[in-house]
Amino acid sequence: MKDALRAAFFIALKDMKTYYFKPPNISWGILFPFVFVLAFYLRNPVDFLPLVPGLLSLSLLFGTTSMETIVITFERMTGAMERLMLYPVSTLTILVGKIAGGALFGISVTMILLLGLFFIFPLNVSNLLLFSASIIISSAAFSALGAFVSVAVKQVFEAQTLANFFRFPMIFLSGVFIPVSALPPSLRPVAYAMPLTYSVDSLKASFGYQPEIMHPAASLVVLLLFTVVFLALSVKIMKGRMS
Amino acid sequence: MDTVIANGLKKNYNFFTALDGVSFSIKRGEVFGLLGPNGAGKTTTIRILSGLLKPSFGKALIMGNDVVSKPVEVKKSIGVVPETSNLYPELTCFDNLVFAGRLYGMKLEKVKIKADELVALFGLKEKRNVLFSKLSSGMKRRLTMAASLIHEPPVLFLDEPTTGLDVMSARNLREIIQSLKQKGITILLTTHYIEEADRLCDRIAIIVKGRIIVIDTPEALKKSVSTVNASLEDAFVEITGLQSELMFQEKEGGR
Repeated sequence: MKDALRAAFFIALKDMKTYYFKPPNISWGILFPFVFVLAFYLRNPVDFLPLVPGLLSLSLLFGTTSMETIVITFERMTGAMERLMLYPVSTLTILVGKIAGGALFGISVTMILLLGLFFIFPLNVSNLLLFSASIIISSAAFSALGAFVSVAVKQVFEAQTLANFFRFPMIFLSGVFIPVSALPPSLRPVAYAMPLTYSVDSLKASFGYQPEIMHPAASLVVLLLFTVVFLALSVKIMKGRMS
Repeated sequence: MDTVIANGLKKNYNFFTALDGVSFSIKRGEVFGLLGPNGAGKTTTIRILSGLLKPSFGKALIMGNDVVSKPVEVKKSIGVVPETSNLYPELTCFDNLVFAGRLYGMKLEKVKIKADELVALFGLKEKRNVLFSKLSSGMKRRLTMAASLIHEPPVLFLDEPTTGLDVMSARNLREIIQSLKQKGITILLTTHYIEEADRLCDRIAIIVKGRIIVIDTPEALKKSVSTVNASLEDAFVEITGLQSELMFQEKEGGR
């Protein structure tokens, strides 16, 4: 277990060094959520603050999945993933390392965004522990989704297309802009099947807003379940390719 | 003692049989060549022995560990140089070696010393801090081999290590393989260069269409064919040509 975690850490570290924390990726990763936030602020400055938790969740979702899907698919195409599989580490360890790398990038980008927002707006995180747990567990769930998408396809463009298939409905149905309770009843089950819904709900609670779906601790448990399911599916697909 | 044992390995992909009952064993410190035309099953054999691919049937043991049930133990005892040099382009030579060593569970201090030793051994001292992507093909190949030796494995799999290299780089790699042999490392080598196999290998297996048709020393293979004073290339051509024909007739007869 200790060796596996150590190996996952080195894989995450290598990914951050070689891919994520390159200047173009950092600037792109920060620019995208800032433009997003600015667009919504300019549209409605008065009611902007309640949108912040949802926008932070969106930043996490796009921050983790965008680069990660490229990284994993690229490594599979170039044979670098196969090189990883030659080391005495399990498929699970490799994917945990990949997910940790993606999650750390998403968290970094979102924290920079949050710092910027703190300077401009009177934001108040009322429950720091819940806020931290929501950020970490949400990024793990989104990163696991990114890993699942990447191992399921062969090409980078296919990974982006499949990732968008999951991401874009989430933007509109997960309570970022429209509360889930205000959605047509037929769409609500779809919202409940999306990890972003629980991320937005728990982050809203951490900012002092009333949670809409369930108790924030329960939302975090659901996010953990999403992480485990996406990770298990990714491992199964990767191992299936070996047979 | 047999370090590598392949016993009746088969690999089927839907309607295609890549390996059809491959069996051989390699003694400790032996250089064992696997020769065959393209698509004969050489790389598939190495991928199974490396734990990258599960066999459809059969069993393989490396240092007594089953490649399917004990993949982690197997991977600790082998070094693999795949067909393509697939280290990380955005890491330097030194960082690539350190990363490899860390994944083998080596301590940072030890891995740094070993990485510097290997960089020197493979003539890459001046390129120590150069990105892998900036190296020539020959240098990439040498660094890939260095990475496979970082944890000092007793068994080494070399899949066409000199393919695409210039004369000097290929010669340099062959000298390194010779020195590894002298250190007692067991080596499984696939190559298209018959002369290379003749010079380096203690024994050679010739594989055609997923089946090993003969295993012997280079000298015995040369003597086994009808050509007088045959070279290993003559022997290879005669053996593989005849066997391909027989297999074709076998298939036709079976219809």
